[in-house]
Amino acid sequence: MTLAAIFAVAPALPLHTAGKYVAGAYIVFLALVLIYVSIMATRLSRTERELAELRRDVEAQRAARDSAREREPVA
Amino acid sequence: MTTYGRGLRGLSLAAAATITVALALVFFYAPLDADQGFIQKIFYIHVPLAITALCGFVFGGVLGAMYLRTGERKWDIRSYVAIHMALIFGVGTLLTGTIWAKASWGHWWVWSDPTLTSFLIVMLLFATYQPLRFSIEDPERQSRYASVFAVVAGAFVPLNFIAVRAAQQYVHPRVLTLTGGNLPGSMRLTFLVSLVGIALLYVTLWKYEMAAKSTRMQVRALRRALLGEDSVAPLKRSAAPS
Repeated sequence: MTLAAIFAVAPALPLHTAGKYVAGAYIVFLALVLIYVSIMATRLSRTERELAELRRDVEAQRAARDSAREREPVA
Repeated sequence: MTTYGRGLRGLSLAAAATITVALALVFFYAPLDADQGFIQKIFYIHVPLAITALCGFVFGGVLGAMYLRTGERKWDIRSYVAIHMALIFGVGTLLTGTIWAKASWGHWWVWSDPTLTSFLIVMLLFATYQPLRFSIEDPERQSRYASVFAVVAGAFVPLNFIAVRAAQQYVHPRVLTLTGGNLPGSMRLTFLVSLVGIALLYVTLWKYEMAAKSTRMQVRALRRALLGEDSVAPLKRSAAPS
């Protein structure tokens, strides 16, 4: 198809036809942002889980150290 | 250590407010285009997305150059996130562009238009960035090669833009020029607000992603420091810097 032919079939669309394309374009933008935010939310929950694990491990290590200290004979 | 979360709240609010104002201007203030009618409203989302994506690629190149200059890993991570975000914005540009093309020209894609094709070439070029990173196992080499790629591909973006502007035959309208362009005042204002809104969104998401990456790295570093090297599972092969 030549450029002249493309221009020939490019008149202003009536509102009811154009509306769905405009809505489509803006919905695509919104969907992209929402998909990105949901991916980031998944990553955030993973980091939160890792942080909780770390806290648990550190507390377990501290408890083990404290009990070992208690068992040590006092000079 | 840089805290990327600082200022993120204010930036997010500014981006949300600017985009809301831009949408209000698009649908309630900017007049209907005499030639294209209502369909021209796509312009206010499509063009700012395209400009931001292209600037994001150049930004990634600049950050890549900073890595090559300093050798500090933070620049590589910044460059990676900048290109990653620009790719997302680029996908948005392509999708909104094809919708506009279908409504306006009756075709989803017109290969004879240099603007469309050149943007696709830029996108395909940067789409190879992640596979390139993934193909290199050694983190040091991965960062170095990726930065060289970012600099070269980032320099290609403005060259490509100039080449397209110099092209004689096109179907893309030329409404933005250095001398002011053909946009009437109300349309120009709406476009500029949209551009600022999308640019703010890019910066916000860039900072957001940097904050997330930095937090994960700090958690791993803390685990290593508190519980020893063995407590941290070795990282799987990844395109993302770690």
